[in-house]
Amino acid sequence: MTLIQEIDYGTPASKAEKTVRLVIDGNTIEVPEGTSVMRASMEAGIQVPKLCATDMVDAFGSCRLCLVEIEGRNGTPASCTTPVAEGMVVHTQTGRLKDIRRGVMELYISDHPLDCLTCAANGDCELQDMAGAVGLRDVRYGYDGENHVKARQNGEANPRYMAKDESNPYFTYDPAKCIVCSRCVRACEEVQGTFALTIEGRGFESRVSPGMHESFMSSECVSCGACVQACPTATLQEKSVIEIGQPEHSVVTTCAYCGVGCSFKAEMRGEEVVRMVPWKDGKANRGHSCVKGRFAWGYATHQDRILNPMVREKITDPWREVSWEEAFAHVAKEFRRLQFQYGKGAIGGITSSRCTNEETFLVQKLVRAGFGNNNVDTCARVCHSPTGYGLGKAFGTSAGTQDFDSVEHTDVVILIGANPTDGHPVFASRLKKRLRQGVKLIVIDPRRIDLVRSAHIEASHHLPLRPGTNVAVLTALAHVIVTEGLFDEAFIRERCDWSEFEDWASFVADPAHSPEATEVYTGVPAEELRGAARLYARGGNGAIYYGLGVTEHSQGSTTVMAIANLAMATGNIGRPGVGVNPLRGQNNVQGACDMGSFPHELPGYRHISGSEVRDVFEKLWGVELNPEPGLRIPNMLDAAVDGTFRGIYIQGEDILQSDPDTKHVKAGLEAMECVVVHDLFLNETANYAHVFLPGSTFLEKDGTFTNAERRINRVRKVMSPKNGLADWEVTLKLAQAMGLGWHYNHPSEIMDEIAATTPSFANVTYQLLEEKGSVQWPCNEAKPDGTPVMHLDGFVRGKGKFIRTEYVATDERTGPRFPLLLTTGRILSQYNVGAQTRRTDNVAWHAEDRLEIHPHDAEQRGIREGDLVKLSSRSGETALHATITERVAPGVVYTTFHHPGTQANVITTDFTDWATSCPEYKVTAVQVSPSNGPTAWQQDYEAQATQSRRIAREDALEPAE
Amino acid sequence: MESRSADTDIASRTEAIVGRLKPLEGPLLPILRDIQREFGYVPQASLPVIANGLNLSRAEVHGVVSFYHDYREAPAGRHVIKLCRAEACQSMGGDELAERLLGLLGLDWHETGADRKVTIEPVYCLGLCACAPAAMVDGEVIGRLDAEMVDQLAKAVQA
Repeated sequence: MTLIQEIDYGTPASKAEKTVRLVIDGNTIEVPEGTSVMRASMEAGIQVPKLCATDMVDAFGSCRLCLVEIEGRNGTPASCTTPVAEGMVVHTQTGRLKDIRRGVMELYISDHPLDCLTCAANGDCELQDMAGAVGLRDVRYGYDGENHVKARQNGEANPRYMAKDESNPYFTYDPAKCIVCSRCVRACEEVQGTFALTIEGRGFESRVSPGMHESFMSSECVSCGACVQACPTATLQEKSVIEIGQPEHSVVTTCAYCGVGCSFKAEMRGEEVVRMVPWKDGKANRGHSCVKGRFAWGYATHQDRILNPMVREKITDPWREVSWEEAFAHVAKEFRRLQFQYGKGAIGGITSSRCTNEETFLVQKLVRAGFGNNNVDTCARVCHSPTGYGLGKAFGTSAGTQDFDSVEHTDVVILIGANPTDGHPVFASRLKKRLRQGVKLIVIDPRRIDLVRSAHIEASHHLPLRPGTNVAVLTALAHVIVTEGLFDEAFIRERCDWSEFEDWASFVADPAHSPEATEVYTGVPAEELRGAARLYARGGNGAIYYGLGVTEHSQGSTTVMAIANLAMATGNIGRPGVGVNPLRGQNNVQGACDMGSFPHELPGYRHISGSEVRDVFEKLWGVELNPEPGLRIPNMLDAAVDGTFRGIYIQGEDILQSDPDTKHVKAGLEAMECVVVHDLFLNETANYAHVFLPGSTFLEKDGTFTNAERRINRVRKVMSPKNGLADWEVTLKLAQAMGLGWHYNHPSEIMDEIAATTPSFANVTYQLLEEKGSVQWPCNEAKPDGTPVMHLDGFVRGKGKFIRTEYVATDERTGPRFPLLLTTGRILSQYNVGAQTRRTDNVAWHAEDRLEIHPHDAEQRGIREGDLVKLSSRSGETALHATITERVAPGVVYTTFHHPGTQANVITTDFTDWATSCPEYKVTAVQVSPSNGPTAWQQDYEAQATQSRRIAREDALEPAE
Repeated sequence: MESRSADTDIASRTEAIVGRLKPLEGPLLPILRDIQREFGYVPQASLPVIANGLNLSRAEVHGVVSFYHDYREAPAGRHVIKLCRAEACQSMGGDELAERLLGLLGLDWHETGADRKVTIEPVYCLGLCACAPAAMVDGEVIGRLDAEMVDQLAKAVQA
């Protein structure tokens, strides 16, 4: 294994189709028109010295090191800013160039510290490399003149010296080492799109400045790491590199945070991660990252990780550490006992959207083949199950239609119920780049999210709807499209069922669905909505991106169908730049759904009642499968309270914190006799567990994740599991303990089984992933290299299906007692229940969940910025601090669910999507009032959690049983 | 509390200027010019307001303001003297005149006297090389400076 060195071509690739031929140092090379001379040289294998150029940003031409001579042209043009031309003859190394370059380097080095041996960038410094490349041997100017390097000079403080900024928890900014190439500034602008950095001053006084001469932490910086990656010196340097040293090998793997599925190089020293660096060839992220994937991996070695299996009789007992064998034997015995006593259906399992496809596949196999029932569900139940249902009905597949690259061809984006700058930051950066290039944006969201307006981007329309009225707004959009004749008749006639369209069109054309009629309850101004509809229908390639603000409603599935209707009616499906794109929340939630995690579906979304499908698995697994769908998570909990469901195996999910109506989840778990939690940490659910099986992180196992664009990405093991076993091995051994004759030596064998049984994965092998880097399903005989864009020539189900979408208001209503609407979401620095990110330095940005409230509502209640407030609903109450902001509309409050101390889900109700039981997290009627301290629930909860997390010390052990 | 209300005042006056000049093409420099006219300098507190108004980042506005020497971080004295320090003026004895003037005023470059009567600044070429050494006093250019004129100037601005 070696360190993967990616080639830096200096300037971005040209997309031109026409090519030109030129000669560089005697080599003839053909490159696309618009390519820089620098890039063309690199493609010919000739590295022109450079400092301010790097291929993640546009050419700038400031360092004067990359000069070349071109026959027939005067002077020494910069190769980065000079485009190639037909017949050009370039010399990159002449006596004149050598002298100029050496002179330039002398100037740089005269104002740079000479501490290379003790510098953190030693071995990874482009300035050092360039000094070597140009043959710098002497600095005639000396080091005693004015400089930015020395803190004190001639016995006095040096006014130009600036101390290191160590405010960011993950990287430092040392202005003394800065050569003002402005790569960081351009990376922040062009790649990340935050514009947090600038060059302040001019001439010799030029400095990189975060914000207005602020520290990184107090500036607009979102810590995506693009500047650190761009920096050619140690000026911006990861603290982990400062602490550990340079990595010696690297492995390409996939981030385990959100559904974007960024590819990273895990740069290692032995089994220690030195840093995670986004991989340029990653097709989801194209070399970009966010603060979570880039920096927040420290949880993998956090002291809170549980490394030994533990068992206890009662949840009030302290935990007792046991061997793996004892733990497996105990679970097998208990599960068999429960099935004997209460029936086959008394136990079940929950698969994890954070684990690999292979691991998820094994858990559902354990339930179906081992438990002999179909009581398997997954956390997608609480996020994107309506996507699966809605898109399945309309198009025939339960997944997004595009790849992320599709946004490069989009003209108009509708963003509904998603906040990508926080939830899917790398996609947000790609979208923002397109917005700066002129793409139009329509935001449908109760909050004024950053994409509505922030530096250099502004939505054309923001429709600030009242939470819970998605269907009404989307149907009103359809009303405008139909009544104003903006639909694409040719597309509909060819690709959809015309009579179904006519039926749907007559439904949406009803004046009751007009923007003017619906404005009363949606709160969206009719004219704004009409403008948005016209823009989407007639603005060119229209793409819809949506998130949990669509699905987590009582009408989540209906909203998904309404989205599909809009896309079909306007012909925006089946080519690059258009489509319907769910932004999936977790790294492998797409994969978990694909792998048959739902009680009614076998892998590949095939209903369990189908005998041919069952037959495939029955033959391979040698068991008979139950044709009846099993229990969903909420039904398991109900059945537990009723006494018929007694045991559960939960892999990598914290249902107590993430699922709605915490009190009901708690009651269900408390009623069970054997709760097995398989996780990295003693999560909130583990407080009610009888067996704890330690889990492994994404760094410790092989497998695959499937991201929001159906892309199957490899996860590669870079260190041994600290708990001894990868998660797939734990499930495997548990199955073996239960008497199942399973044998897998490597996750690739599990993938082979998936491919053998699931048509959309038929061609997927680890070897193929090794060759291609990644593939998007369907990947089979018809599409051997995978499918970037779906429904190209026709819908998977045949004809696209238009479905009437009648708006039905949620039963959750505001009233005198609960006059405000609470909606929930997430924030950039934290991920989901926070189990991982709370155990990293990301807490520097978001140490607690806060309640966003509009100034009017705060004023009425006498609430000031930072006050502790009580948030109560019909379900429960909790206390948290308030932030007063106009991002939320009057009458709406907002919070996140990252911290167990807040327990936002104590507040949320048990209303769910009519089709899929996906909880209605996004709408809860609440009241907010000043508070003196934590609520009784929070105090009781804290006490129970502390009590439940005790681990008995070895010497104090009592004999087992 | 007082500084907060001062900032609120700056913000609302800045907003008015931004609102008025925003329709211009490339409105940032005209806005900064008018802000300096309004306040006598470009207050730090006006930067985020400009950024928000023009949909830029704070950093970008700071980058522009700090690039131009003419935008002040603090109000200038009643009189502003800019003395040319460029090559032509230096060759015509500008250095001695500069030292003389600084000595008379008891100030160093960029400083404003405690009595706030005068601010002295270097400038690099007023385009008056033919009349070197040159200076600019409160916007009026003066050519062919000599010791006597410097003495008079120092006296006049301190009156």
